[in-house]
Amino acid sequence: MADITAPKLSDAPALRRVFEQTLWRRLVILAAFALAWELYARWLDNALLLPTLGATLSALWSAILSGELPNRTLTSLRVLVTGYALGVGIAAVFTALATLSRWGNEALGLLTSMFNPLPAIALLPIALLWFGVGTPSLVFVIVHSVLWPVALACHAGFRAIAPTLLMAGRNLGLSGGRFVAEILVPAAFPQILSGLRIGWAFAWRTLIAAELVFGVSARSGGIGWFIYTNRAQLETASVFAGLLTVILIGLLVESVVFRSLTRITVQRWGQERT
Amino acid sequence: MNVAPRLADLAGDAASPTLLTLDRVSISYPTRDGTLTAVEDVSLALSTGERLVLLGPSGCGKSTLLRAVGGFLKPSTGEIRINGEPIGAPSPDRMTVFQEFDQLLPWRTVLGNVRYALERGRSLSRREAEAVARGWLKRVGLKNFVDAFPHTLSGGMKQRVAIARAFALEPALLLMDEPFAALDALTRRQMQDELLKLCEETGSTALFVTHGIDEAIRVGTRILALTPHPGRLAATFDVPPGSRTRGTTAFAELEQKIQQAVFADPELDHG
Ligand SMILES: Nc1ncnc2c1ncn2[C@@H]1O[C@H](COP(=O)(O)OP(=O)(O)OP(=O)(O)O)[C@@H](O)[C@H]1O
Ligand SMILES: [Mg+2]
Repeated sequence: MADITAPKLSDAPALRRVFEQTLWRRLVILAAFALAWELYARWLDNALLLPTLGATLSALWSAILSGELPNRTLTSLRVLVTGYALGVGIAAVFTALATLSRWGNEALGLLTSMFNPLPAIALLPIALLWFGVGTPSLVFVIVHSVLWPVALACHAGFRAIAPTLLMAGRNLGLSGGRFVAEILVPAAFPQILSGLRIGWAFAWRTLIAAELVFGVSARSGGIGWFIYTNRAQLETASVFAGLLTVILIGLLVESVVFRSLTRITVQRWGQERT
Repeated sequence: MNVAPRLADLAGDAASPTLLTLDRVSISYPTRDGTLTAVEDVSLALSTGERLVLLGPSGCGKSTLLRAVGGFLKPSTGEIRINGEPIGAPSPDRMTVFQEFDQLLPWRTVLGNVRYALERGRSLSRREAEAVARGWLKRVGLKNFVDAFPHTLSGGMKQRVAIARAFALEPALLLMDEPFAALDALTRRQMQDELLKLCEETGSTALFVTHGIDEAIRVGTRILALTPHPGRLAATFDVPPGSRTRGTTAFAELEQKIQQAVFADPELDHG
């Protein structure tokens, strides 16, 4: 057959310019917001209610330098990763069962519709009853917050795979684990990824909320605990510094980890759903 | 025309061994209001080296029949045998080229798709698979696109990859389900010609499904026409090599003959 040649590509400076523009706009909005905060806080002149941006940043800086905030953050992240990994693992098992059998399918559907609407934080009293005050309780509520949305997304992803793609895979004589790992999972990856993303956001919120409720074990407390104790001591600037940390870590994971994962997978494969 | 022809009458070239037989195959789908019979009582035999075309209007059960031969569906009655053995699960020995463009793995490049199929379907090492894959992609004219991801290709190029993948696995039987149906008329013609060339060069045995009479004459050595709803065998036509060239009187005459026999009902879509 005659070779097909690629059409010539021209540079796309226009595209790049748009990108730079959105970045630029974002920076402007952020600066305006910071300025408004600073001015309003100065005008209010009540460090107990609303510290200035400057005071917040310097509180953040000294909390970082003292090592307290990095420690607290690390504690939070350690619990988070444990709970997240456990939740995703259990979700994978549940999805496998649901994909393999009709009973499993029914069970997963019922369980997710029952437990997905239940806020994880509402389970904290039960968790404290069962596991006592400490990391296991936190892990328990995180697992709950991750498990259902991730299982739901994976299951929906498997079911949405084009039948032709499944047949093309079976045509190669694939079956069992290989079929799952090499066809089903990558084919459902857009939904799996968005499930992981939602699961992450839920887990992070749940953890901070749980730590705030949990005002007890001082030595092993995370960022939530940092915020809680500083509020108790009326160190409002440090409370804001803690909140800023929560936002920054959330943003960082979302825009660095998930964004780049999206870029090297589903976007490259043309499966990005917008 | 609902007399089921006997198997003996159906075998094409008596000199070649029979590869595939369908013995009174019916296929139905369970639906909400009962069962829908898509294919009814079809018997046919396909010899090695033959290219049998199933011709019929949309919805007459061509895809259904092809899927059953591929092993993706079980006939409700009747039997499908390949080399005398009942067919089992889908296998790379019967490679299907589907009509839909989404038959390629989106997460693998063009080369990756063909190479992966060779690694899994023919158990080649990665190196061997890559070499064979490159060879076939070159043959279908895609050597400039080996590193492209499927979503960046045109529909015709995707079908070329699927064709390269199917041929690369050297199946005993190639199954093609209207691989060109979703292409524009010009590209379709070109692809038909190129497919014919590949089939002749490799001496492949193929079962090809289409609703286009000209396509059937162009690629097939024998044509079986199906009736609509449910699909049954209506008539058989041999395509002598001389009739395969477009624009010749032999081509036009055969086209006319099939047209009259199959689509005589004026209400039917002439495709
Ligand atoms: N999964 C299914 N469930 C129920 N009915 C089906 C299913 N697939 C096909 N059918 C029905 O079976 C009949 C034959 O369908 P099939 O896809 O085999 O037709 P076809 O000849 O390939 O048509 P086309 O030329 O449009 O591709 C149709 O009436 C269709 O509605
Ligand atoms: Mg069809």
